[in-house]
Amino acid sequence: MRAGPDAQGHFGPYGGRFVAETLMPLMLDLEQAWLEARRDPAFHAELRRHLRNYVGRPSPLWRADRLTETIRHQAPTGKGASLYLKREDLNHTGSHKLNNVMGQILLARRMGKKRIVAETGAGQHGVATATVCALFGMACKIFMGKTDVERQKPNVFRMHLLGAEVEAVTAGGGQLKDAMNEAMRDWVEHVDDTYFLVGTVAGPHPYPAMVRDFQSVLGHEARHQIQQQTGRLPDAIVAAIGGGSNAMGLFHPFLDDQTVAIYGVEAAGLGLDSGRTAASLERGAPGVLHGNRTYLLQDDDGQITDTHSISAGLDYPGIGPEHSWLRDKGRVNYVAATDDEALDAFQKLTRLEGIIPALESAHGLAYALKLAATLPEGATIIVNISGRGDKDVPTVAARLGVKL
Amino acid sequence: MNAHSPSTAHRPTRLAKRFAQLRAEGRGALIPYVEAFDPDRATSLALMKAMPEAGADIIEVGVPFSDPAADGPTIQAAAKRALKAGATLAGVLAMVRDFRQHDQETPVVMMGYLNPVDRYGVERFCQEAAQAGVDGLLLVDLPPEEAPFVLPHARAHGLDLIRLATPTTTPERLETILQGASGFLYYVSIKGVTGTTAASADDLAQAMRRIRQNAPLPVVTGFGIATPEQAATAATLSDGAVTASALIKAMAATLDERGNATAATVEAALAPVRAMAQAVRATTNKA
Repeated sequence: MRAGPDAQGHFGPYGGRFVAETLMPLMLDLEQAWLEARRDPAFHAELRRHLRNYVGRPSPLWRADRLTETIRHQAPTGKGASLYLKREDLNHTGSHKLNNVMGQILLARRMGKKRIVAETGAGQHGVATATVCALFGMACKIFMGKTDVERQKPNVFRMHLLGAEVEAVTAGGGQLKDAMNEAMRDWVEHVDDTYFLVGTVAGPHPYPAMVRDFQSVLGHEARHQIQQQTGRLPDAIVAAIGGGSNAMGLFHPFLDDQTVAIYGVEAAGLGLDSGRTAASLERGAPGVLHGNRTYLLQDDDGQITDTHSISAGLDYPGIGPEHSWLRDKGRVNYVAATDDEALDAFQKLTRLEGIIPALESAHGLAYALKLAATLPEGATIIVNISGRGDKDVPTVAARLGVKL
Repeated sequence: MNAHSPSTAHRPTRLAKRFAQLRAEGRGALIPYVEAFDPDRATSLALMKAMPEAGADIIEVGVPFSDPAADGPTIQAAAKRALKAGATLAGVLAMVRDFRQHDQETPVVMMGYLNPVDRYGVERFCQEAAQAGVDGLLLVDLPPEEAPFVLPHARAHGLDLIRLATPTTTPERLETILQGASGFLYYVSIKGVTGTTAASADDLAQAMRRIRQNAPLPVVTGFGIATPEQAATAATLSDGAVTASALIKAMAATLDERGNATAATVEAALAPVRAMAQAVRATTNKA
């Protein structure tokens, strides 16, 4: 299961390189540079050093006893699996995003690029990108949907402080997909000196495989940590998916462990059948957008539809192509959590464990709470807490009717 | 054997015939673009029908897409208006069928993004497009590496799959691009999105020298052609000039405050076509 993609970047009928010809030479150069870096021990040593001493890896795996007790209290006798939290929120800049960004910025430097463009939804990827651009003295331009600029003001200010230029995209619905379009347009115009730093396991090959590889560090750690703490592999692992990079990073090292059940949790928004959702696998169909073939939320005519999620980071009509493939293969169970369920899980984790999770992560947690109540007490579940929730405090306050 | 589609071996396609005619006349083609259903079906069809008489040698019909990532603001806005007016892929095919009732000669190239075609079903689409009277397909986000997704079906129905070359194209890359290419080669003259900037005549001449040595197909130039002079230059240095954003801008300026067509709309887009056609016809192709 861990072998993909093929040489053309295909995961079965998904993935690939569906980009304008102007970008093809870049895609081929990038693939070459990545393959070379992957074989180069010096690159890995440099990455490891930065991950340990700058990002703050490894991140802890925390046994959430109070949360587990609460589940057991409400579950039938003998039920209530132990929850373990992979603490990606403790990374520098507060999310898993920095793992990938650190890998790619080292690659961009290796390729001699001087300028970075990136897209961001919630701003976690934008902040991570602006951070490494500051660290390495690279010019940085971040495209962000206008809607997201408004609902993620603290992150926009952070990017400005870090020296990045943030462009509010008004085209389309002013969301993540529109920011992605604008970042691609910018890249086409500045192909000579610019590196497009993609934030998730989507986009044209080699991005899905490359980002997965950079994010797999968290899954490898979790696999090792749970064995150290419990003496065995977990019974289930759970992560939220928008584009799906934190999920792919957690899942990938476990894909061949047949005893481990894997759950990817999409944003159902107001409900899967409400028409206001971001659940591409549950309610989408295969198609081509942003350089890859994958499940997309679209109408019968192949026009991409607007999405909704309380979490800006999950508010995207597509999903990484490897997830599409894993869904068709049946290896990963793709499920969904609504805005309300995520909000509830957000509050539970905050109150019971003193950890304020990102709203993205709260979707994964919401499903894990339900799942835990159906598994025996001896079972263990790892939930990826992909980021911290500071950026979401204004959104949550507004939803709870609190004026800050 | 060359890299043309097998169908050209049997009968000359409309595109092949048209380029042969133009060669005989010693000039390049003028290829105006019309975004189907912008601002509504009737207006865009009227515009399309009037284009050959205004001097269009080939017509490029844009299929509106919600996320046209390779297009600049002008075509993005056109696509948005068209979708609001109810554009669908089936609707665009029907429009081409209507155009063919009226014109059997002018080649029509359908330009767009892959997703609507994927959703429609590639095989079904190629069959219906050929039946409707489409001659070539230009799918912006289908590079040669992914061509197997469409090429067998396009070939089976005698549709040319138009390929793009750009300023970033190396000689080795050009070889890859030309494998399986037919109809013509579309040279994107700038690094950027549609309708934003223009290439200099020197850059274009240099690029054409590079490309023509290797390309057995007619080469037309697009992106950044907005004036009669630019059209004449492109049609002289290559086998044709594609113009899109300039026409759409002229047309869009006549729309009322709700974005609807007015009496001036069709003529506003035709005027630059006439001016460019005149300039193109006043030149001889030195290629």
